[in-house]
This record gives sequence, C-alpha cells and structure tokens, in this order.
Amino acid sequence: MNGQVINVAFAGNPNCGKTTLFNAYTGARLKVANWPGVTVEKKEGAFKFHEYQYKLVDLPGIYSLTCYSTEEILSRQYLLGDEVDVVVDVADASNLERNLYLTLQLIELGKPVVLALNMMDIVEERGMELDIHRLPEMLGIPVVPVSARKRTGLEVLMHAVAHHQGKGNSVPVEHHHDLVCQSVHRHNHHKEFAMVYSDDIEDKIDDLEERLLANFPDIVNPRWHAIKMLEKDPEVMKNYPIRTDDIIDRSYEHEIINQKYDFIEEVIDEVLMNKAQKEARTEKIDQWMTHPVWGMPIFFGIMALVFLLTFAVGDWIAGGFEIFIAGVANGIQYGMEMLHLSPTLISLVCDGIIAGVGGILTFLPNIFMLFLALAFLEDSGYMSRVAYVMDGLMGKMGLSGRAFIPMLLGFGCTVPAIMSARTLEDTRDRLRTIMVTPFMSCSARLPIYVLFSKMFFGKFAMIAAFSMYVLGLVVAIIVALIYSKVVCRNEEKNCLLIELPEYKSPNARTIIIYVWEKIKDYLTKAGTTIFVGSVLLWLIMNFGAAGMVTDISDSFAASIGRFLVPVLAPAGLGMWQIGVALISGVAAKELVVSSCSVLFGMNINSDIGVENFHYVLEGMGFGRVNAYALMVFCLLYIPCMAAIATIRKETNSWRWTIGMMLMQLIVAWGMAVIVFQVGSMLIGG
Amino acid sequence: MTLSEGIPGTEYIVESTRLNEKVGRRLEALGLIHGTKVEVLNRKKNGTMIFKARGTRMAIGKEISMGIYVKEGTL
Repeated sequence: MNGQVINVAFAGNPNCGKTTLFNAYTGARLKVANWPGVTVEKKEGAFKFHEYQYKLVDLPGIYSLTCYSTEEILSRQYLLGDEVDVVVDVADASNLERNLYLTLQLIELGKPVVLALNMMDIVEERGMELDIHRLPEMLGIPVVPVSARKRTGLEVLMHAVAHHQGKGNSVPVEHHHDLVCQSVHRHNHHKEFAMVYSDDIEDKIDDLEERLLANFPDIVNPRWHAIKMLEKDPEVMKNYPIRTDDIIDRSYEHEIINQKYDFIEEVIDEVLMNKAQKEARTEKIDQWMTHPVWGMPIFFGIMALVFLLTFAVGDWIAGGFEIFIAGVANGIQYGMEMLHLSPTLISLVCDGIIAGVGGILTFLPNIFMLFLALAFLEDSGYMSRVAYVMDGLMGKMGLSGRAFIPMLLGFGCTVPAIMSARTLEDTRDRLRTIMVTPFMSCSARLPIYVLFSKMFFGKFAMIAAFSMYVLGLVVAIIVALIYSKVVCRNEEKNCLLIELPEYKSPNARTIIIYVWEKIKDYLTKAGTTIFVGSVLLWLIMNFGAAGMVTDISDSFAASIGRFLVPVLAPAGLGMWQIGVALISGVAAKELVVSSCSVLFGMNINSDIGVENFHYVLEGMGFGRVNAYALMVFCLLYIPCMAAIATIRKETNSWRWTIGMMLMQLIVAWGMAVIVFQVGSMLIGG
Repeated sequence: MTLSEGIPGTEYIVESTRLNEKVGRRLEALGLIHGTKVEVLNRKKNGTMIFKARGTRMAIGKEISMGIYVKEGTL
C-alpha cells in the first residue's frame, strides 16, 4: 500500500475553482481569477497525503462532454484514458443546477467520480441549504463539501478519493422518477445507474451495448458509448463502426439532454432547501457596468484609472525606490574603485550592468501598480462584462466581444494574452485575435513611455504615455477591421456567448500571488535577459573590428546601428544608438530603455541622470516629436521573442508568424513616419 | 417572439431554438431547453443581452438571442 500512486483529474465547469483547489493541494501558484476560461492548458502536480502519493491534473473548464469544442474533446479523451484513476468533479455549489449536467456526464463515463462541492462558504453566505446526504444517495457517488478558497474539507476530499479508487460508482439509492415508477423496460436500470432514460431510449441503449460488446469484446463502458452513439457523436461513431441504422433512426441528443435536465430538476428539488436570496448585489452593479449607454464610457473610465494608478502612484513610489537603487549603484562603484579593480571591469559593471539592469529596476513600482490594478479587474468578475460591453465594437471587426478579453490581458503581458485566445472556439477568430493582441501595449513597453514622456513632455507626460494605450487599441481595431473587410468578407460572424460570474470582493491571496508572480517574472527577466543583453551591449559598444575602442563610433554597435539609420531617418529615429536599442528590444522590450541608458552612457537611475539624458538627446537634435515617434514605433513594432515563440506555438504556422512580424514592422514604421513628418510640420522640428 | 425582444426584468419560457448546431448544443448543455425559465437582465438595442437561466448569468450576442423563441410568463 505504501507510496501507492493515485492519478486524480480535476474536471468541472469553467470558473468553479478547480485551479484554486489544485493550488491548495499542490502549493502551486497557478493563476486564478474570476472569469471563465483562465486555465487553458492542463497542469500537473503531485503531493503526498497519508500513505498515498497523489498525482493531480487540473483540466480546463468545460460545460459538457460533447464534441463541439476542442477543449471538450481533449478533456474527454484524457478522462477516458488510463492515466486517470479517479475523477474529481469540482462543482460550484452555489450554482449546483448547471454544474450537475457535467456531473451526470462524468458519472456516465464510468470512471470513479467524487463530487467536490466547492464554494460551500458562499452557499452559506447566501442562506442556501443543501442536503448533502441526499445528494450522494441520488447520484451514487461520494460528495464532499469543500471550500478551496478557505481551504476546508481538503483532507476529507482526498480521503474519499483514496477510498473510491478502483471501485465503480456505487449503486444509487433507488429513486422514482414520476414516469418510471411503472417502467415496463426489460431490465430496471434504476438499480444500476443514477441517470436512467425513458424506456424507448433505454431499449436502444441495451441493443447498442449488446452489439458493441459482440464487435468489440474489450470495450470499456459500453453503456457510455451506446449513449454517445444515440447522440450521433462523430468521434465514437468513427472509432466503433458498427451497424446502427436499424436501431438509431435519428439523433437522440435532444431527448438525452432534456431527460438529464429533468433528472437534475428532480435532484435540485430534493436537495436544495432554501433557494438563494436574490443576489441583488451583482444585479445592482451590473445595471451600471453593463448599461447599454454608459457601459462603454465606464469601461474606458476604469482603464484610465488603471493607467493613472500605474503612472501617478507608480511614479510616486518610484521616487523613493530610485534613491535606493542609485545609492546601491554608487556603493558598488565606490567599492570597486577602492579595490583598484581594472577600469574595464568597473566600466562593465557600472556602465553595462548597473546602467542596464538598474535602469529597468526603477520601473518596478509602475509595473507593480499596473498588475495590481489588472489583478483587481480580473478577480472582481468584471472581465466577462467587458466582453459584453465591447461586443458591438468587436462585432464591426467580425469578432465577438469575447475576443476582447485576450486583448485586455495584453495590457499586462502579450504571452498569456495570446494563449488565452484559445478560449475562442473558431480558428479564424483565434488567429485574428492573436494578430491584433500584440498592439495592446504590454507592461514591458511601459518603461519606454515613462522614461521618454518624462524627459520630453513635462506636465503632459502622463497624457503622452496614456495616448500610447489608446493608439495601440485604435491600431488594433483598424488592422482587424481592414483584415475582416479584405481577407474574410462574407464570413459568418461568431457570436458572443459567455458566462457572467457573480461579482466578488477580490481575494487577498489571489491578488498577492498574481502580482508576486508578475514581479518575480520581471525581476527574473532583469536578472537574465536584460543582464545578458546589457553585457552584450557593453561589449559591442566598447569593441570594434580593431579590438577595444576609445571612440564609440568605431564600435561594432555603431556599425550595426548605422545600417538602420537610413531606414529609420524618415521617422526621426536616424541615430545608430536608437537602431541598436530597437534591435535589442526584440529580445525584451525593456532592453530598449536599458540600451539607451548603456549606449548613451547615461544613468537613468536618478532624476538628475534622466535630466542629463534629456540634454544630451536634445543636443543631438532629438526632440519631442522624435521621442513621440520612438514611443509609437516601440508600441507597434514586433513583440519580444517570448511573444513571437508563443505566436508560433499557438498559430502553429511560421508563415503566419513571420507574416505578422512583417505587418507589425510596416505598421510601426508607417505610423512613426507619419507622426514624425506631421509632427515636425506642426511644431517645426 | 424571440428572446432578443425581451424586456429587462421580465421572465420568459423557452419554446424552441433555431440556431446553428454548435451554438444550439452549447445552449442546450447549459440547460436552455424547451420549458426553461429565462429572465432577461439587460439588453442593448441591437439584441445583445444578458439573461439568467438555471441560476447562471450569460451574455449572448444578438445572433443568438434572435434564434431563441420564447413566450412570456411564468410556469
């Protein structure tokens, strides 16, 4: 018995807390939030409890086990496979009626199922009462109340899993549907199964089962396959080609669904004691948030607030933070000089690493505020509403409002945003959403805006930075619009269909994990990509074809950068340093700022450093219009390598990926040129 | 009438749906079948709306709400 491994799969409706439960058991810090479809990939974890070793798998949320979406097909294949010993069906107890539909389907699959009634705390809060003794009697499976958020009932659930493995689901206590009391069916299945259909369907199931067994003696759970055949499930029909036309004259899916819901209503009648007092709160909030007229202005107001927090409050914290970093930097330089280390080494550390990495660290407070604000948005339940509010606008681009969720996530980081496009069922919708998501300005581009708008736009700095976000959105919309008008005319639009969860006050733990993971990513990136990038930049800047150079314009960096000068000149970016900075930005967008700091030999860790930088740039003829053109170019040009790799993976096409990159370069260059040329005319250089 | 003409705050009963197969099955899986009670919570002019059925709140596009046939009243 010792160390026996039990493979457990978490299945359930979207947004019912599977990942929260998974995190509670495994100590993982997977992202959770309050909108359907956060988890897009199955995740594995392991832990030990009593004498058992548990292997947990967290599956993306599904509403049913049909095969109308890839997610459902994948989940179904996985659950049917040998890798799963016990299925834990995680259900939102505060919304049992809808959740039970999947439960019935999971039970039919034939694997041992344990029902985890999650969110029991909310059930109590709302004054509902569930008869959790009657429920397992009616379903024939163990039912364990848990609260993943408050971490109650966790041990009992795994205990039930351990004891339920290897067994079939037990016989449900016989209950009598109104009609079936006088069942004239050959065998009375009520002794065997929780979900029993009407006599005519049961007859067909029996016949099909018999035939399946005759043709495929090894078939596991013929009843499930028979039911699926009655639903004319293409997967099952293909895998088990038997003659069915004498039994199945048409699809019985409609009846099967109806009868399942009849049974669910019966269960709810017996199990749910007090219906929830009307959740007036959510409805009241929604009267404003989803108002036909005010919904959109409210959304833009919220986004303005998010960026106000990011820039204003972030900068306010950054003030103290900068002094700290400058202090550390000075200390290191002083210490190295005291030790009489070689000037080259000192230069590498101070002008390369500290300038590059330190420069990036000063933006940590802004990044922190941005993700804090996004975490609140995501955990409050507002995300789904955004899909509703933006549906009209997105519809003009041939997309549903649902596609706006990945775009909104793009304000944080393009990589998870592109992955979340998987929740869109239609491939063309996914591709289109992936195409425009990189235009949504991600957090890594934030340092560029903050730095350059602070230098050049004085008291209008915040407006200049904010305008980047608006511009990104506008360009995304225009590109999608052109694409839908030119490439996919006459296509049927895929329409909006999304669940709106209850609003809830964001959970401190969820927010902390969310923000901490992002901060950790940022710090890791500063310590790896940006560190290496800064060292490389210092090297190509201090070395040339003739070895170490004293005049920076003989360096490799200058030669590389000069190559781009003619192309970038019409956009007002015809400086070799900018060329190099933009190339390095493909590794990580923060590197644009790091490289500027390294290449111009400026320490941007302090206000004085930034001021100096400003003078140097102005001296080189790089003014306000140039700065804005640079910001526009950085907003729109190709995303970082991580994002490119994700685009390649999610689209599964190099052609598409490279095509996207070309398009982004053209758009970025075109917009920057327009900004610079028009701007120069208006302001006069 | 179709659900797209529903007035916010009013309950309706689903009679039938005329939708493409994929969307239709999806809604059936969510319990939107003949006889299901639906409460319209919010609606835009074009028919995009939020409704509640079986305790679940859903937002749907106008193409869907125009394919759900309902009658007024409670069961």
